[in-house]
Amino acid sequence: MPKVLITKELEAEAIYIIREVVAQFEKPVLLFSGGKDSITLLHLARKAFFPAKIPFPLLHVDTGHNFPETIDFRDELVEKYDLDLIVAHVQDNIDAGIVKEETGRYSSRNQLQTQTLLDAIEEHGFDACMGGARRDEEKARAKERIFSVRNDFGEWDEKNQRPELFDLLNGMIELGQNVRCFPISNWTELDVWNYIRSEKIEIPSIYYAHERSVFERDGLIWSDSPYVYRDDHEEVAVKWVRFRTVGDMSCTAAVASTATDIDTVIEEISGSTISERGARIDDKRSEAAMETRKQQGYF
Amino acid sequence: MNVLKIATAGSVDDGKSTLIGRLLYDTQSLPTDKLEAIKKSSEKKGYDYLDLSLATDGLVAEREQGITIDVAHIYFSTPDRSYIIADSPGHVEYTRNMITGASTSKASIILIDARKGVVEQTFRHFYINHLLQTSHLIIAVNKMDLVDYDESAFAKAVQQFQSLLDKHPSEKRKVHFVPVSALKGDNVVSKSAEMPWYQGSPILENLSKIDTIAEDSQSFLQVQNVIRPKTEEYHDYRGFAGRIRGAHLSIGDQITVLPSMKTSTVDGIYFNGAKYDEAPVGSSVSVTLKDEVNVDRGDILMTQPPADLELTKNIQATICWMDSTPLRPRTKFHLQYGTQRMTCRVEQITSKKSADFHQDIIDVDQLELNDIATIQLKLSKPIPAITYDQSKELGRFILIDPQSRNTAAVGFIE
Repeated sequence: MPKVLITKELEAEAIYIIREVVAQFEKPVLLFSGGKDSITLLHLARKAFFPAKIPFPLLHVDTGHNFPETIDFRDELVEKYDLDLIVAHVQDNIDAGIVKEETGRYSSRNQLQTQTLLDAIEEHGFDACMGGARRDEEKARAKERIFSVRNDFGEWDEKNQRPELFDLLNGMIELGQNVRCFPISNWTELDVWNYIRSEKIEIPSIYYAHERSVFERDGLIWSDSPYVYRDDHEEVAVKWVRFRTVGDMSCTAAVASTATDIDTVIEEISGSTISERGARIDDKRSEAAMETRKQQGYF
Repeated sequence: MNVLKIATAGSVDDGKSTLIGRLLYDTQSLPTDKLEAIKKSSEKKGYDYLDLSLATDGLVAEREQGITIDVAHIYFSTPDRSYIIADSPGHVEYTRNMITGASTSKASIILIDARKGVVEQTFRHFYINHLLQTSHLIIAVNKMDLVDYDESAFAKAVQQFQSLLDKHPSEKRKVHFVPVSALKGDNVVSKSAEMPWYQGSPILENLSKIDTIAEDSQSFLQVQNVIRPKTEEYHDYRGFAGRIRGAHLSIGDQITVLPSMKTSTVDGIYFNGAKYDEAPVGSSVSVTLKDEVNVDRGDILMTQPPADLELTKNIQATICWMDSTPLRPRTKFHLQYGTQRMTCRVEQITSKKSADFHQDIIDVDQLELNDIATIQLKLSKPIPAITYDQSKELGRFILIDPQSRNTAAVGFIE
């Protein structure tokens, strides 16, 4: 019997895009947060160039307020696949007085990441930054091209985007500009989870249900941590939770869950009536929170 | 699970966003928190119904103006299939964004207001889909609730649209007419009880029957990267990475490299470290060849090229001009043809389409934003003389402005 490749449309499309990034740009980088989407992207990148090594480094913008499980996972992955990792620290910019830490009840370092990201892009001369953003995540993301041009301040001009025809990706830019590239634009949250299951991709343990010290505010479950502001009257309790998205600790809420393996996680998401970003506190700041951040250069 | 990409088109206030919102709502694809936000906004605006159009417009300017400026990609699924809708703008000035949305779609839904019938914008939307050779058109005659679900209003719109189709015949195109009320949910996901005279299927059922994979006789791959690991295990490995188009590819297939016209045989088809005897259309693989032929990025590996296949540096094409700077003859551009880029010069603007697309205007000095025209191009390197009609992948290109680097036009080789 001949051996026939079974192809998955979304996987093949993503690999095509990653290969175009490498062919069209001088200095691409993969933005790696340690979350499931960037882990999936890394997996696709390895497939795209196999048996060669992936021809670009990873950049992690470390807020300093990450979940320790994510950082451990990141370091193991780098070791395992002999990856080239660059870490840019938000703390460095805070120490240098370039950005100012937020204070108060909803303080987060999420917004501060943008400056560190833009600095790193400039310092290393990256002309293409690949990310695991998906169009189904948020309404402003739904508008983004696969190759999204940013000016030399990293800004997104949402009302004047380049036309993008067929699969003809135009990565030509002026010096100083960069392109944000989104190979898994067309995937949904469930597509990512199903892919993780079928490919047996390892992900950080915090995606699975575990016991954690948490407190409730505004109907959301927050991690109890020195990085997360908590009022005295907000009571801490140990609960079974998991994370649906992994960002900065201060802006990522947990969900109550008993799903301890991939099958139950997928079951839970399939039945969920709340969107993935429903637990992202940073998106709730205003109706246009994501759009505003992206205009400023946020990923 | 297979994915069907569809685009929507329609004039302002034809109810495009409402239709998409309805598709999401009736397929239970709207999460509770998004639905809550829609409820709140609808109440704030004083509506006594759910303004499902709020499910789509993503930009602040769009919400303020109540129009769609740029394409949004929206996702929903049924147990059998995933759908990606490119929600495209209807305004004339955003035509290029509409083409962006429609270019990747297998099917288009064109909305018509049952009260107004075919209007000027319908011509534009139809013509763009005609140009792109979109294989399935669903003509949704919307707002049937506002004409008391009257069959004659539907029949009138169908007849008007049919006369458009008659002017631009195509064997490859399938057209379905559906009377709907996106607001009330008639014939969108479920069949309407209000229109017993309509014997056809609701929109979603029509979409569910569209075949996504069709094979041609020849297979081809435009090389993206040449993979040379130079490790001990893969010392002599030289894989040509790209997506397989046209038909499936098998080991042992004879191939011709374009434009060099050198021939060889497929020795291996690799994906993620495994070797396969056969790979289907659409797969992103790496191919190795039996002979040491020179192959670069942009070259095309093709099985069974037509015997009379020519390579040419002179092409005629229909283009849509997408830049705010007008196009003048004798201007140079980068031409992106699949995965290769070359210099080209616009020799001549042969003619352009009139605003209603019924006439060809000759003696044109320049093209303005959103003009559709026929031009003559001279390329710095030869490409196969294959028209868009013969092959969608090999018959299309984009023009890139060498100064601004913007995508200035999309072209269809004639």
